[in-house]
Amino acid sequence: MASSPETYFGTARSRVDGPAKVTGQAKYAGEFEAPDLAHGYVVSSAIARGAISRIDTAEAEAVPGVIKVFTHENRPRTAWLDYNYQDAVAPPGSPFRALYDEKIQFSGQPVALVVAEDFETARYAASLVKLAYAAEEPETDVTRVRDLSYTPPMKRAGIKPPPEPWGDADAAFDGAPVKVRHAYRHAIEYHNPMEPHASTVVWEGDGRLTVYDKIQGVSNSQGYLTGVFGLKKDEVRVLNPYLGGGFGSGLRPQYQLFLAVMAARELERSVRVTLTRDQMFSFTHRPDVLQTVSLGAGPDGTLQALRHDAVSGTSRYEDYQEVVVNWSAILYRCENVALTYKLAHLDLPTPGDMRAPGAVTGVFALEIAMDELAYATGQDPIALRLKNYSERDQTEGKPFGSKALRACYEQGAERFGWSQRSPEPRSMRDGKELVGWGMATGVWESLMQKSSAQATLTADGKLVVGNSTGDIGTGTYTILTQIAADALGLRMEDVTTKLGDTALAEAPVAGGSWTAASSGTAVMKACRTIANQLFTMARRMDHSPLANVDFDRVVFRDGRIAVADDPSRSVSLAEAMRAGGVDKLEATESAGPDSSHQKEFSAYTHSAIFAEVKIDEELGQVRVTRVVSAVAAGRVINPKTARSQILGGVVMGIGGALEEEGMLDHRLGRVMNHNLGEYHVPVHADIHDIDVIFVDEVDKANPMGVKGLGEIGIVGTMAAVANAVFHATGKRIRELPITVDKIIG
Amino acid sequence: MLIESGSPVAADTRVEISLTINGEARTLQVAPWTTLLDLLRERLDLTGTKKGCDHGQCGACTVLVNGTRLNSCLALAVMKDGAEITTVEGLARMGGGNGLHPLQEAFVEHDAFQCGYCTPGQLCSAAGMLAEGHARTRDEIREAMSGNICRCGAYTNIVDAIEDVMQSGAQG
Amino acid sequence: MNRFDYVRAGTVEEAVKAIAAGANARFIAGGTNLVDLMKYNVERPGRLVDITRLPLDRIEERDGALSIGALVTNSTVAYDERVKSRYPVLSSAILAGATGQLRNAATTGGNLLQRTRCYYFYDEGTPCNKRLPGSGCGAIGGVNRIHAIFGTSDKCIATHPSDMCVALAALEAEVRVAGPSGERTIPMAEFHRLPGDEPERDTTLKSDEIVLSVDLPAEGFAGHHTYLKLRDRLSYAFALVSVAAVMELDGQTIKTARFALGGVAHKPWRNAEAEGMLVGKPATRETFAAAADRVVSKAQAQSENGFKVELARRAIVRALEQAAAGTPQSQSDKRIA
Repeated sequence: MASSPETYFGTARSRVDGPAKVTGQAKYAGEFEAPDLAHGYVVSSAIARGAISRIDTAEAEAVPGVIKVFTHENRPRTAWLDYNYQDAVAPPGSPFRALYDEKIQFSGQPVALVVAEDFETARYAASLVKLAYAAEEPETDVTRVRDLSYTPPMKRAGIKPPPEPWGDADAAFDGAPVKVRHAYRHAIEYHNPMEPHASTVVWEGDGRLTVYDKIQGVSNSQGYLTGVFGLKKDEVRVLNPYLGGGFGSGLRPQYQLFLAVMAARELERSVRVTLTRDQMFSFTHRPDVLQTVSLGAGPDGTLQALRHDAVSGTSRYEDYQEVVVNWSAILYRCENVALTYKLAHLDLPTPGDMRAPGAVTGVFALEIAMDELAYATGQDPIALRLKNYSERDQTEGKPFGSKALRACYEQGAERFGWSQRSPEPRSMRDGKELVGWGMATGVWESLMQKSSAQATLTADGKLVVGNSTGDIGTGTYTILTQIAADALGLRMEDVTTKLGDTALAEAPVAGGSWTAASSGTAVMKACRTIANQLFTMARRMDHSPLANVDFDRVVFRDGRIAVADDPSRSVSLAEAMRAGGVDKLEATESAGPDSSHQKEFSAYTHSAIFAEVKIDEELGQVRVTRVVSAVAAGRVINPKTARSQILGGVVMGIGGALEEEGMLDHRLGRVMNHNLGEYHVPVHADIHDIDVIFVDEVDKANPMGVKGLGEIGIVGTMAAVANAVFHATGKRIRELPITVDKIIG
Repeated sequence: MLIESGSPVAADTRVEISLTINGEARTLQVAPWTTLLDLLRERLDLTGTKKGCDHGQCGACTVLVNGTRLNSCLALAVMKDGAEITTVEGLARMGGGNGLHPLQEAFVEHDAFQCGYCTPGQLCSAAGMLAEGHARTRDEIREAMSGNICRCGAYTNIVDAIEDVMQSGAQG
Repeated sequence: MNRFDYVRAGTVEEAVKAIAAGANARFIAGGTNLVDLMKYNVERPGRLVDITRLPLDRIEERDGALSIGALVTNSTVAYDERVKSRYPVLSSAILAGATGQLRNAATTGGNLLQRTRCYYFYDEGTPCNKRLPGSGCGAIGGVNRIHAIFGTSDKCIATHPSDMCVALAALEAEVRVAGPSGERTIPMAEFHRLPGDEPERDTTLKSDEIVLSVDLPAEGFAGHHTYLKLRDRLSYAFALVSVAAVMELDGQTIKTARFALGGVAHKPWRNAEAEGMLVGKPATRETFAAAADRVVSKAQAQSENGFKVELARRAIVRALEQAAAGTPQSQSDKRIA
């Protein structure tokens, strides 16, 4: 194989889509125009459980400009079987169908779609739709149905159930000299990407549709639409070049897509449906999970027993599952382990993956428990973790492909100044404020998904690469441009990356932190195929400077193919193409996980997070003044965008630790703070210094050695903050968010 | 119809207003309930200004009205009759150059955004904040920019970018 | 948002006439709360009377004090040099509220008249006596950690969300209003009302009256004052508890002291008895604690907001300490002084 110098790989580069984003030229799903576009506005259910007894749309329909009001009473027929509604990441169950019948399954459920000539008319008419309900008492409190929890009968694809227990965790716990057993819980959280979910459906005639959908991977929307509406793939093209934040909320096609397409097909015209911010609280969330962590240890902190039990809320119609408890046995070595994960039905929409789903939840509990054990045994929290450091993934019985977590602890501690910490709670002060230093570990799976990518090189030296996955703000446009430019020795300016279009090579949704490895490898392979073609043409030239040179002895650099150890012998890409008589070279390649490597090794990213809080104890105000996150995630393609990924995770983690909480009125089964004024996410004033370290780590799971960065930044952050709060105040708070009332209470 | 002081305009009437948008004078017929945000996005195809919450709770819709930063989602267009509006599409022009406004350049350089959806609001808000001239320290910038939520969490980079522009004195 | 008539008023007389004639008419200026509520269908005015062109947009000297026109924006008030130097507690309170862009739009009159942020009031899918009299109070027994602990009724436990008004209450400002029968002046203490049996009424302003100005008293307590706000994030959130405190000292002895609380009642909350306990006493933590205890002894908590009682007690003490020490709370440096 020819080598290519890594001109761009590993270097900090500004986003290639930066200019479009700072000038307002980047268009999002709800911003595409179509001739004769009609606007849909969703009417939402006020009750959480029961049925619609009457729906009166007459007054709404009488408003001039209203085209049609869709309800369960007049909806068009769609597919019958659940199977047809199951998107690529759906958990087992019967996916929600909007306007399907009179049954109400959750508060905020869409019960009508008003379509009008303009947005304001649709919004006004929607306020005139009259509904009467036969309400039943809802159950939205997981603590009240804990006893009814069950092990999901069907496992969700890609989600590992807890492993079988080993040893005897209960007996070992009972006999352990030091015991820590507590319950932990964080609040229901809502993704709240800044861009509300929207779909613009362009009616192309003859039943053909072009759909701009807010989704983290257009192939998933396309697949869903072909299933639900019986469309052929070539009848529906889905695009989403930019996504205004997803964090998991855009993994599954949401109900606005169904409604917009339904209306467009029925009306045979283009339709846009954009959800309101309030409606953004009506289709997915990070579930409320009741956890108990039991750690039994020797006097020196060596773990003797480890139990992690979790009961997660899900909807009544789908068994949403995530990996919550396995992390405990992945991170720490222990001979007696029992892990359980159960679900309980609630009258809520199905929860969904939210940034590091399951890991945020499980690791928050585990890493507070470890801090408690550190205090119980008089250990430094890092020393305790090193004492129980696991060199093997005990859940799979495999070594890790790479695990530079020790270096994360070391470098993070050094940067943070951990050695200056006085371990005693309440022992550090700054004026009126108590100072707390806490730390925690983070872990996330390093995944790769089968992805295709295409590359097209034209004679003018311009390369276009891409596939259907999305850049959800992660920097995918930029890193793929870097990879492609390096692969063919081009300048980044000569490479264009296209994403988010089902007309491009197929790739999965952008999630799970797998996009860099998956799409990156596929792009690299497609470029290498072109490189090979170029080389073949160049060598066949009359008097080729590359004659008798093997492919593995040339380099692609500065638009030329050159002999590695004799750069004076080279051919430009343009010359090669001219000689080959082509003005365009195209390649599509696929990349997938290396199954033999997977069989042998477990693959995870790790981090060590250090947080400083300053607390006015009397008034309960907590400020996170400093965070250091040291991350081991293989090689980093672009330190600038990579750093931003970690910053974002840390910020969301601070939100989870101190602010984020869906407040449910269980009598109504309704989240009451369904807006950004009252569902608090961090604002500028909440965020101070965040320092990111990327620890060197060599990993061979994929050719680039990358492991993904989208989620690791958030995992453990909540625990680090909570542990810092304990260090500052001596108060152990096990229910998040840590609000004023809990500090002064 | 034209507005006459003291005379009611009936609900179904369109009202004639004049706005200068990014330097271009426009005469527009608007319904009284059309917000400045919806006017920009739905009627004028100026979708650079974003709708994040439509209730003044996120700042994505921030534009400059007569040089002052406002939430365009809470402003009725009819009430801004005669105003000069600058949106993200017009920021560069305001900066005086053909390229990017210094804030836009600094945002790209400091990676002060990820998904980009809050970015136009952050930029217009930052431009308005610099013109107000009350924020000098990082604490003051953070407080003054707290009306612009970034769910991707680019806050530290945004403050770096603004501070950079502030220190260079190139405020556009 | 419903359909409505639109009237642009050129004079106060035109405005008052237009509001009296229209069914369910509302004045609109900054629109930061009214447009918000209209989009939620909480407000469905038949007519909007645009008063932004009325000549009420100046801060004027009047009888040795300042009179702030109803249309002066919150930003203009907060950064006005006269306000900053003579009534710094007002400037500080305004800067503790909302955001830069909201304060640029929101007006003095509108701030007085902003409505509660109770979740149930805002959500037409739930009961609320303030929004729909007789429908019940969802917050009682519901999600109420942000709700009132003083002056509640069995019909309503909402709070008034303003920061500015808390400072105005401590300053004992007056609200000058005009109606069909002429002008009158309402003391701040009487401007907002408690919910009682009519939670739909926030203020004592009549439906055909317009706010002309907020008139400040001559004494602005520039030496000893603070506005301390406690909330669920460090900016852009309504107060769980806030305290505006002003004081005049004679050496270490308190000559005059007033304090008002925000986020705890349907109006800025004062307690004359507790304030009276401060006069003539040394400006010490013990003095402040006794007054704070007196205030919270009247508190009545709901199912989720019991913490507010203790928080209010502590916040009063700290605010009085800040005021006495001449170290008012900064609104950008979030360390609490």
